[in-house]
Amino acid sequence: MTHEAIFAGFGGQGVLSMGMILSYAGMIEDKEVCWMPSYGPEMRGGTANCTTIVSDSAISSPIISSYDSVIALNQPSMDKFESKVKPGGNLIYDSTNILNPPTREDINIYPIAGSEEADRLDNAKVLNMIVLGAFIAVTKTVEPAAILKALEEVLPERYHKLIPLNTKAFEIGMAFVNK
Amino acid sequence: MGEIKLMKGNEALAEAMIRAGCDGYFGYPITPQSEVLEYLSREATKRTGMVVLQAESEIASINMIYGAAGCGRRVMTTSSSPGISLMQEGLSYLAGAEIPCVVANINRGGPGLGTIQPAQGDYFQTVKGGGHGDYHLITLAPSSVQEMVDFVKLGFDLAEKYRNPVMLLTDGAIGQMMEKVELFDQMPRKTKFEDWCTTGKPEGEDRRYLTSLYIKPEKMEQINLGLQAKYRKVEENEIRYETINIEDADYIFTGYGLGARICMKAMEIARAKGHKVGLIRPISLYPFPYDLYASTAGRVKGILDVELNAGQMVWDVRYAVKDKTPVEFYGRMGGIIPSPDEIIDHFEKHLLNRGTK
Repeated sequence: MTHEAIFAGFGGQGVLSMGMILSYAGMIEDKEVCWMPSYGPEMRGGTANCTTIVSDSAISSPIISSYDSVIALNQPSMDKFESKVKPGGNLIYDSTNILNPPTREDINIYPIAGSEEADRLDNAKVLNMIVLGAFIAVTKTVEPAAILKALEEVLPERYHKLIPLNTKAFEIGMAFVNK
Repeated sequence: MGEIKLMKGNEALAEAMIRAGCDGYFGYPITPQSEVLEYLSREATKRTGMVVLQAESEIASINMIYGAAGCGRRVMTTSSSPGISLMQEGLSYLAGAEIPCVVANINRGGPGLGTIQPAQGDYFQTVKGGGHGDYHLITLAPSSVQEMVDFVKLGFDLAEKYRNPVMLLTDGAIGQMMEKVELFDQMPRKTKFEDWCTTGKPEGEDRRYLTSLYIKPEKMEQINLGLQAKYRKVEENEIRYETINIEDADYIFTGYGLGARICMKAMEIARAKGHKVGLIRPISLYPFPYDLYASTAGRVKGILDVELNAGQMVWDVRYAVKDKTPVEFYGRMGGIIPSPDEIIDHFEKHLLNRGTK
């Protein structure tokens, strides 16, 4: 099975990290992975995104036309990528930040009040982990345990004290979908 | 099995340099390949004692390569398009004096200062000249992070075997993306140097020197004949490529590096639609696999060449197949990457339904 996803939002929201954590998790499960970031001036305050592909077999192109899942953390990303979800695919978005909801009817839509929950945890930076939790609950691309193991690899040691908070955020995100 | 890691293309390139027992790196930062110098500055010297130096310019970098490689050392530099343009004079001198080295071009959009996004506009510059005179750079085109690792080692082997500069021609996307890689084990740095290296005058021997300057045309012609004889050997022995599904193919998609990866996806989509499409991916761009393309000519109904430029490698493909098979081209420029859907669209419009109304 191959899952092609794109994580998109403002620079600083941690969208590149979401894809990176998923990639590490895929590697922990012995899958093939490919992480392709947008890079350049657009990242400074503008929109940033990364395509992340996790697969049981060799991955062909890092550049794809449509996605199994689009994860949007801001309005420009929603406007840009809603049309790129494959029919029957998933659109997962931060419903606190994104005021114009998607209009397509041939895809699965998951509004996640991520920023609101992050505020409740007193740390806006965990928004990405909340939404990543929702993504894993929806797609089951990798096991949740692999994500938590990947966190240890992606976060530099000096930030390991933040792992419990990120774990909590991830579980809140999963619960959003599973409840 | 070697160590498995998740790495960015540029970092993998740098790690492979360290592991290949590289003696020195001379470079100047430029997006999208600055991670190479950053990674080496952090890792290399403390691990192998390798020299890592930020030169004052790309012109200085390539001439430092001339000096260090002339002493027999394994050395490498990397840059991106505008920086590689600055190195052309040095590359011609290296080829003329037959000094082995590896250079990587993380191609970005041009011409001029251009854009920092990925492109393949430097194909002609790399395989058709770039610098002055009749010379060739052995050119390898990685299409994955794994090949960024493997081709550093292969590149040094080829450079040293033929005493010729090797170019790794890749692009910003391969440099920036992360994939799983298997790393080869640390190799020792060189301690013995070939007898052409300028390591000092040995007792009872003539002074050694490396040059590309021969004032007498008779001598210069002999030098050229020697180079050409070497290039014929390279063309005989070092052609590399990958093919997928070409045995039963009605059509062939072709491209190199990132272009080939996108073609693979387009091929999967086309096959799912019931079209028998195969893929040819040249790995060595010089020497180019002309015979492989020629062997498909007349047998397949058409070839679609995809590049991130205005159509450069397609000249070589057309030269190979002559007029026996229609060759279509699709490309995007200026840092825009063609998508698999665009390729399918072009294929259906211009090749699949060619001659049918």
